[in-house]
Amino acid sequence: MKIEISPQPFNPWSVLQDYEAQRTQAGKCGATACFIGTMRDYNAGDSVQKMWLEHYAGMTELYLQQLAREAEQRWELLDSLILHRVGEIHCDQSIVLVAAWAGHRSPALDACRYLIEELKHRAPFWKRETLSTGQQRWVAQNTPK
Amino acid sequence: MNITVKLFASLREQVGKGEVKLNADKPMTIAQIWAQVSEEMPLPTHILMALNMQYVEPNAIAKAGDEVAFFPPVTGG
Repeated sequence: MKIEISPQPFNPWSVLQDYEAQRTQAGKCGATACFIGTMRDYNAGDSVQKMWLEHYAGMTELYLQQLAREAEQRWELLDSLILHRVGEIHCDQSIVLVAAWAGHRSPALDACRYLIEELKHRAPFWKRETLSTGQQRWVAQNTPK
Repeated sequence: MNITVKLFASLREQVGKGEVKLNADKPMTIAQIWAQVSEEMPLPTHILMALNMQYVEPNAIAKAGDEVAFFPPVTGG
């Protein structure tokens, strides 16, 4: 299991490749599911220039660890990974990477969906957008799906 | 000893404080702590609360040495 909060931009495909290379359960994994959240240049009908992502240092990491442990108890997972950006984010940069490894597709897909949905509903992160007009606003709530 | 109270995101801007140390002679509910920190502002409907980094309800009790946090609905991911 790996949980990380990153103030630096990351390439999710390189992260997955590096993590795959160091995993030690050769011959056991039949399914890998991943979700990558990326910053759009629009939201709620407005053009967005950039975003600031704030988190509650300490609680966020703790919550994500609890979440990953819950998923590993609920499904037969071999491993899981959550990587989330904080700080200033620009369009097309990755915001979040969630991945789950399992022997079969169903637990991998279900756990991946669970991890991203719970993260979006309960993990203490907050987005503040800067619109192309220069106006700044806090995002009041996530899109339902 | 004190209770450390933290506020995040839009709530920090509304209340005008990011972190406060409250004198904790006796245990207090999270709702009482909110009333002190916000100077009697009504508890916002969708506010989230944490005690020592775990989600709690307004009737949870905090004591000296604890960390309490208030924040708006989360928007990560």
